[in-house]
Amino acid sequence: MKPQPVLQATDIVKDLGQGAGKVRALKGVSLTVSPGQLTLLMGPSGSGKTTLLSILGCILTPTSGSLTLGGEKADGLDPEELAELRRRHIGFVFQTYNLFPTLTAEENVRLALDVRGNGRRSATHMARTALTSVGLGHKLRSYPRNMSGGEQQRVAIARALAGAPSLILADEPTAALDSENGQAVMVLLADIAKRENRAVLAVTHDPRTLPYADRIIRIEDGVIVGEKRQKVKPSGMSNVANGKIGAHV
Amino acid sequence: MVLTLAFRNLFHDRIRLAVTLVGILFSIVLVAVQLGLYLGARKMIVSMVQQADADLWVTAYGAKSFEDSAALRGGERHAVLSVPGVTSAVPIVVAFNEWRKPAGGPTVIVLGGPDPEGGGLGPWNVVAGDLRDVIAPDGVAVDKSYLTDLGVAGVGDTAQIESSRVRVGALTNGIRSFTMAPYVFTTLKRARGMLNLSNDQATYLLVKLQPGTDRDGARQAIKDKLSNVEVLTSPEFEGRSLDQWLFATGAGVALIGGALLGILVGTVIVAQTLYSSTKDHLSEFATLRALGSSKGYIHRVILLQAALSAVIGYVLGMGIALVVVSFSEQTALPIVMTPELAAGLFILTVAMCSISAMAAIMKVTKIDPAMVFAR
Repeated sequence: MKPQPVLQATDIVKDLGQGAGKVRALKGVSLTVSPGQLTLLMGPSGSGKTTLLSILGCILTPTSGSLTLGGEKADGLDPEELAELRRRHIGFVFQTYNLFPTLTAEENVRLALDVRGNGRRSATHMARTALTSVGLGHKLRSYPRNMSGGEQQRVAIARALAGAPSLILADEPTAALDSENGQAVMVLLADIAKRENRAVLAVTHDPRTLPYADRIIRIEDGVIVGEKRQKVKPSGMSNVANGKIGAHV
Repeated sequence: MVLTLAFRNLFHDRIRLAVTLVGILFSIVLVAVQLGLYLGARKMIVSMVQQADADLWVTAYGAKSFEDSAALRGGERHAVLSVPGVTSAVPIVVAFNEWRKPAGGPTVIVLGGPDPEGGGLGPWNVVAGDLRDVIAPDGVAVDKSYLTDLGVAGVGDTAQIESSRVRVGALTNGIRSFTMAPYVFTTLKRARGMLNLSNDQATYLLVKLQPGTDRDGARQAIKDKLSNVEVLTSPEFEGRSLDQWLFATGAGVALIGGALLGILVGTVIVAQTLYSSTKDHLSEFATLRALGSSKGYIHRVILLQAALSAVIGYVLGMGIALVVVSFSEQTALPIVMTPELAAGLFILTVAMCSISAMAAIMKVTKIDPAMVFAR
């Protein structure tokens, strides 16, 4: 049986700017994202992929169109209701990690859980589990400044994972990483999609990420111009499952 | 985690924290000193009226303060005593006068002449000499904090008031005058003599009523019997003295103005540093928002930063303020620190820091979580 989509966007239009400076960044985009898949959203700069990611992540609201997340309609919600929707359904991974420099790895993950309303004890347990699952069980008390870029991105992934969201949105997750670390992060994201049956959508323009995707969507000038599905080789996933990915990063 | 984040944000930039704390500390010390001086002044101004054992004060019409009142015309005492419910009407003479130092040179004093037998209001807190020596023909009591101003060294030294020689028979402690003119106590009879008042004249009559007597009724009865006098309760007379010395002279306004300035300076400094801290952490707050935090969650972080600043600043500021208070104890105008003032200052500090957080909160309220994707 085909799984129910976690995310369903229908005919999304987004205008940016006002008056003479108004630009139509998205021109009627429709897509669905299902659990168990790593989907890549690719396109050149200015194609509208980040705008689309912001709308799919309930951070921006579309000018028109409809968005359903985890079976809940996001249309017409106010900013606080959208924040609640994000809390319940979405984990984010950012290009520059966006970790809190004054907090340790464990505290960074716990903070995201605290925002979701988890109690201190359960948040600590969940944070440690999430960090261990990305191979950082030995770095719980490390501050971001003492970690490599790859380690920081894995903390960010642990933060996105910890609250068990149905959808993980990643914005250029490999852009700030070297080849080896970028590969390790993609292996990790693919593993999360498969092993934990999450829907993972990553915006990227990095061609090195292509082998890890189940599905590749191309966007240009605010319109989806192509989509490709592919079978992924399970390389490296066993390492992640064993918590050994840290050895690569 | 809110507390952890607030604490780390605050201590992350130690220089900015130091600036914030100096701002709060400066503000607290300034407000504590100004309000402490105000309370000290109030205490001094009303101390004589509070010390007196009187239910009602009969004064000449238009008495401005305890120190600054014309003498009664004379003969009022018998009229007052004839009012039902009045048990005593003790005369006392109070007036500015000139003290001539033994080594030469004058200084202004407030001469107090209580009735040594009638009670009412006499020198208290005697720390040297004997009150019986004040009743002696040339005896006076002065406060030890004014010895230098009066040009005498202690008990036994002599000086002159008007044309009368006086000898220090007793020293008191803590009877200070807001007017800077030292109180000098002698007897009623001698004070009348020095001020050329007749034997039935006084500055005030301190009226005691029988327990259960209707005070307002007695007051009205005294007024009906005497023209050109005022009959005041002790709180009314205290209020009149405070109005005269704190507000008519502008001294109290200056003290309160200084305190308000302290609050303003503290608020601006804390607001500025909190705002700049929030601006520095804006991308982190945007990340929090993107992660789904409510606005209230972020506001709590900022308010906790403000509250932490307030508590640390208050502890440091009060420490310094208490040192200043202890140094002021032997000065002409001691600073008073009461538990109520300390508690009020804490509430004020927290309120000041919370108000200061408003600019930062307004900034963060407008935060666009989409900035987490900004390139």
